[in-house]
Amino acid sequence: MSGNKVEEDPRINGIKTKIRVVPDFPKKGIMFQDITTVLLDPKAFKDTIDLFVERYRDKNISVVAGIEARGFIFGPPIALAIGAKFVPLRKPKKLPGETIFEEYELEYGNDRLEMHVGAVDAGDRALVVDDLIATGGTLCAAINLLERVGAEVVECACVIELPELKGRQRLKGKPLCMLVEYRC
Amino acid sequence: MFAAENGLKGDPRLEAISAAIRVVPNFPKKGIMFQDITTLLLDHKAFKHTIDIFVDRYKDMHISVVAGVEARGFMFGPSIALAIGAKFIPLRKPGKLPGKVISESYELEYGHDRLEMHVGAVEPRERVIIIDDLVATGGTLSAAISLMESQGAEVVECACVIGLPEVKGQHKLKGKPLYVLVEPSGLDELC
Repeated sequence: MSGNKVEEDPRINGIKTKIRVVPDFPKKGIMFQDITTVLLDPKAFKDTIDLFVERYRDKNISVVAGIEARGFIFGPPIALAIGAKFVPLRKPKKLPGETIFEEYELEYGNDRLEMHVGAVDAGDRALVVDDLIATGGTLCAAINLLERVGAEVVECACVIELPELKGRQRLKGKPLCMLVEYRC
Repeated sequence: MFAAENGLKGDPRLEAISAAIRVVPNFPKKGIMFQDITTLLLDHKAFKHTIDIFVDRYKDMHISVVAGVEARGFMFGPSIALAIGAKFIPLRKPGKLPGKVISESYELEYGHDRLEMHVGAVEPRERVIIIDDLVATGGTLSAAISLMESQGAEVVECACVIGLPEVKGQHKLKGKPLYVLVEPSGLDELC
């Protein structure tokens, strides 16, 4: 596996065929990429995790940060396999302790991503994990949170990329590793 | 039933897991000693112990489905599913799952909420484990059990990292066994 895409790996096609596209969700015109069907296939789910673990296991990653909520499905298995801590990045008011937050733009208005103070240390090498990258707004907020506490974001890892939305360009220069592209 | 009463008495892993859980007083409101498992996730060894204990218990029980309750059930369920070769099914708050869903209502302290599952995710006669970080009243788990049974699946057990005192001595939830690793920490600080 080399570079930011892993398109040569034969496991990719098996994963891609398991992703279900749901038209007009959450609203008309959006072709929603549903990964729950990947999770229903133990081999496809395992392959997804293995591909990321193989990529990151020798990169001295100390933190895997997962974005609520689908990042919580992929992040912890990766963290466990590579010996890293797992940090959930959550919507407002879910985390019980002291938090820092980063705002990001939605189509209409803003939202916030929160992280526990003290979860990540200066010098930690971090991965950010989510199921999908669209505009990159949430991932950018995640990168900001990690950098503010002095961590180094090594890479962002997503199962699916929607390249037409150019999210890759919003990652503050950080590389993106994705498994499957979806073009409309 | 608690793990310590069920074969794991004195297991040092249980102490490590308990010690890694942080108590946050008065969250989300006054009087509640919130059991914060995010600190467990920061302790790689203790997190791995948590998963290993569940995997050891379920790997020979022919479990084909691990269902996790949003959102903290998502942090534990998938790793267990992967290790035992089962599917993972997310049980979610309303409006999050994109396909056709079935839903079950459950009571909150004030009002109700709903838990949803994709139609077709679980098949009749599948053997299911339902996982969440913590069980308090058991309302959410009961709703999850109902969802599974409505599809003809068999809930073998409900599994939680933490069990509040209300469930101690209660081995069954809606007729289903309940397996819990640890009791809450810091309750002696309650006035």
